Amino acid sequence: METITEESLTAKFDYLTPRPSSDHTAYNCPSAHLREFVWALRDEHGYDLLLDVTAIDWDAATPRFTGVYHFYSTARHVYLRVAVDCADNVNPTLPSLADIYPAANWHERETYDMLGIVYAGHPDLRRILMWDAYPYFPLRKDFPLAGIQTELPAADVAESTKAKVKSAPMMGGPFVSKRPGPMSEAEPRALDESWTEQSEKPAENTSRAD
Amino acid sequence: MSERTEIAYDSKVEGEVIVTRADAVINWIRKHSVWPMPMGLACCAIELMAAGGSRFDISRFGMEVMRFSPRQADCMIVAGTVTYKMAEVVRRIYEQMAEPRWVVAMGACASTGGMYRSYAVLQGVDRIVPVDVYVSGCPPRPEALLDAMIKLQDKIGRESSVKTLIDSNRRPRPEAALVGA
Repeated sequence: METITEESLTAKFDYLTPRPSSDHTAYNCPSAHLREFVWALRDEHGYDLLLDVTAIDWDAATPRFTGVYHFYSTARHVYLRVAVDCADNVNPTLPSLADIYPAANWHERETYDMLGIVYAGHPDLRRILMWDAYPYFPLRKDFPLAGIQTELPAADVAESTKAKVKSAPMMGGPFVSKRPGPMSEAEPRALDESWTEQSEKPAENTSRAD
Repeated sequence: MSERTEIAYDSKVEGEVIVTRADAVINWIRKHSVWPMPMGLACCAIELMAAGGSRFDISRFGMEVMRFSPRQADCMIVAGTVTYKMAEVVRRIYEQMAEPRWVVAMGACASTGGMYRSYAVLQGVDRIVPVDVYVSGCPPRPEALLDAMIKLQDKIGRESSVKTLIDSNRRPRPEAALVGA
């Protein structure tokens, strides 16, 4: 097995571009070439373990969604990160890797569940954490931290208990840091004490300020 | 005999006979044979298991017969985080338990949702089932659970069991109502 350096991969696959990274080697890969690149990674370069499949929501930026993959070589003990931009901001789609790495199956289901990225060619793309009828993708940036009120998965239980999936605002509670810093900038809604589960949210706060 | 008295026994007067109230004897039987349904959903279930083990020994209080079938249990111990997806299951299992039945919410998550202020977590199991005893702690120590179960025994001891039995027999049953229709 050849020794891989950053240069050897970019020389071999001209569609790759190096990606800034503070830890492991990272590349940007166009989604059209992802599958052929991953086949080569597994069969020719010894990256025999797919550790993680996730995605990033860049909010207002374009492209909005970026799929992220972490590969590991158990022989050489090195990691490789591959980032793939989704062309469509509204219906993000990526090719599925489930037939190359069986580990991708549930990871892609989770990423679909949380961020709504559709993996084309996935054998069974259903939600894995939330229930099938759940209408939102909770890790998207436009999904409020407190959640959105909706119906319980079982209609008969909802009818007999009158329970709903309710928003649970942080209300500046014990798990919200009081110190100003990056987290409070990223999630100002966590500090919002103007509404609770009992008293309604003020109308002017219902739409996002963006 | 008075409302408060559990039993009256005087060997000179009654001989071999013990006089009691129906409520007192029914409750006495019930509270010393609680069959818990271990609804273990998260780390609280580990402490629940410890309570069943030899060091803490829940059988000292007559509750060691844990039954995973709701039809054989009468006290559901909700030990852990109840997600909205799991809430349906918790409610269905509760509905399958025969009356009389009790619910113990063990730990912060089952009582209030705990630290999971989240779109995915039910904010307290009392939104879908009536809870008799809440146990604080994250997770509670086995002693705290035992204390809660003793409190539940006290609560069972104060119930008007005979009245509840008569009332439930008077209540029209749904299947009986359908026959005439």
